[in-house]
Amino acid sequence: MKKDLINFIDISKSYGSNMILDEFNLTVRENEFVTLLGPSGCGKTTTLRMLGGFETPDTGKILFDGEDITYLPANERKLNTVFQKYSLFPHMSIADNIAFGLKISKKSKAYINDKIKYALKLVNLDGYENRSIDSLSGGQQQRIAIARAIVNEPKVLLLDEPLGALDLKLRQSMQYELIRLKEELGITFLYVTHDQEEALTMSDSIVVMNQGYIQQIGSPEEIYNEPENAFVADFIGHSNIIDGTMIKDELVEILGVKIPCVDRGFGENKPVDVVIRPEDVELVDPSEGYLEGDVVSLIFKGVHYELEVLANGYEWLVHTTKLVPVGTHVGIKVIPFNIQIMHKPESSDEKAVEIDE
Amino acid sequence: MNNLKKQLLAGPYLIWIIGFIVLPMIMIMIYAFTNADGAFSLEYLSAITTTTNLNAIALSLKLGFLATLICLVLSYPLAMILSSFNFKHQNFVVFIFMLPMWMNFLLRIMAWKLLLSKNGVFNSVLHTLGLGSFNILYSPTAVILGMVYDYLPFMLLPIYNSMVRIRKDIIEAAQDLGANNITVFFKIIVPLTLSGVVSGIVMVFVPALTSFAVSDILGGGKVLLVGNVIEQDFMQGMQWNAGSALSFVLMIFVFISMALVNQFDKDGEGTAKW
Repeated sequence: MKKDLINFIDISKSYGSNMILDEFNLTVRENEFVTLLGPSGCGKTTTLRMLGGFETPDTGKILFDGEDITYLPANERKLNTVFQKYSLFPHMSIADNIAFGLKISKKSKAYINDKIKYALKLVNLDGYENRSIDSLSGGQQQRIAIARAIVNEPKVLLLDEPLGALDLKLRQSMQYELIRLKEELGITFLYVTHDQEEALTMSDSIVVMNQGYIQQIGSPEEIYNEPENAFVADFIGHSNIIDGTMIKDELVEILGVKIPCVDRGFGENKPVDVVIRPEDVELVDPSEGYLEGDVVSLIFKGVHYELEVLANGYEWLVHTTKLVPVGTHVGIKVIPFNIQIMHKPESSDEKAVEIDE
Repeated sequence: MNNLKKQLLAGPYLIWIIGFIVLPMIMIMIYAFTNADGAFSLEYLSAITTTTNLNAIALSLKLGFLATLICLVLSYPLAMILSSFNFKHQNFVVFIFMLPMWMNFLLRIMAWKLLLSKNGVFNSVLHTLGLGSFNILYSPTAVILGMVYDYLPFMLLPIYNSMVRIRKDIIEAAQDLGANNITVFFKIIVPLTLSGVVSGIVMVFVPALTSFAVSDILGGGKVLLVGNVIEQDFMQGMQWNAGSALSFVLMIFVFISMALVNQFDKDGEGTAKW
């Protein structure tokens, strides 16, 4: 079991009447890649800024390696941040930018020069020492920002939507770079993003947040395959989220049809949310499906087709590799294992963000 | 064809530049290098070495330097405070500081004269409080005061503008890397506002160096700056050659000071060494 490195304990924070975090608790262990994922305004950036030392919580405390750092100034914390806007010092060369933290901690010139070389190699920008910041592209600037942070050998690297400003291709290659960096450096990454794909690709553990509350913590597989509530299901990729009733163990009724599933322990005749991923919906001959419906739209997405099938008054989102023309009468089938049953949210907070369907 | 059109567009500006900038300069040069008969002569240029002229130049440089320094010392903290304000009316407060700039320049100086005079507001107040009186009117101190009052906005505005351009996340990045407030100030804020400071210095020093109205009114004829000597040459003595020669010398001083300041700026921007 890895050691706890960061503990957020009962953190609350509000701006005026606007509650950002409410009784927030989170533990981050050593050498983990943890992602805080959620829509804007969910409190993820505030959480990161509190850890960085740029905000203080109203109540609660933050432990770092067992020490209370809640009110420690930012410059005395043993962690470094990669900012969303890169935030490089425009009046310094690349080498001076990277050396900034090392000079403050009074490292020797030889040590600093070695570190600059090492860091630039690590981010694939060898030989850029004396370039000016202006001459770099966005992706290069972000890599310098990462280099500037990691030369200080922080125990934790905080990343605040660092890839947000980059284009898709660059973002994807930077994702691989970050995974590689994390493995080479063996330090903890705490990453903030609203991009679910980014979170799924890089994280060891994802913390899904909404309205200042943690919705679910789990591995990318758990978050994707077993969302705990409709918010998580909807936020992590498109899903069919349908009101249903749990008739009894392993049998659920949706849209007037009883369908076998694998979930147990919800009780009898209980209202639930049923989540079915678009790629788990099988289109079969009308006579073989649980429901019958008609294809109402068809979009080519590259890897697959995205269809909408109107059946029993619900528009099903379906991903399939087979071309099924608009107007085709089809049957809808889902194997029991691919049906996710979730409790209806109990507090209003959980459903605070409206779900599209 | 396209190029020709562009050149034609520049035409009016070219005429402006030649007619109102280059020609007058050449005329000043001609006056400076000729004598009363119109023959080439260094008579008036060499006349600047008279005690009166040298004293006026020295005093102008001294007062200009002091006024600029005081403006800088006052403006820099003020710009920092104003830029750190994070409220709706920030622009309004800055506007208040700029407001005097839009009032007539002579009026402001006359107002100071009234305030500082023997029976003026300050002395009346001091007298009522039984604190005696003070007389700085018609002294270099009063001239510096007038210059500072007049030129402060020209120092404040460029510094303030460069200050608000510093993004908050740049400061946070420095703190994140271990910089305390002092390091943040000297390694981030000062270098990033240097260009504002340099334009402020130029904007204050050049008019202060060449000013004559402030010294005329608040100096009461006792404080003789280069500007006053030039004015006397032109207006009273009809000594156009002498006045032009002195103007020419003054211009050289302005060029030298601007070159020095720009040199300093380049050093600051380019190296950012520790």
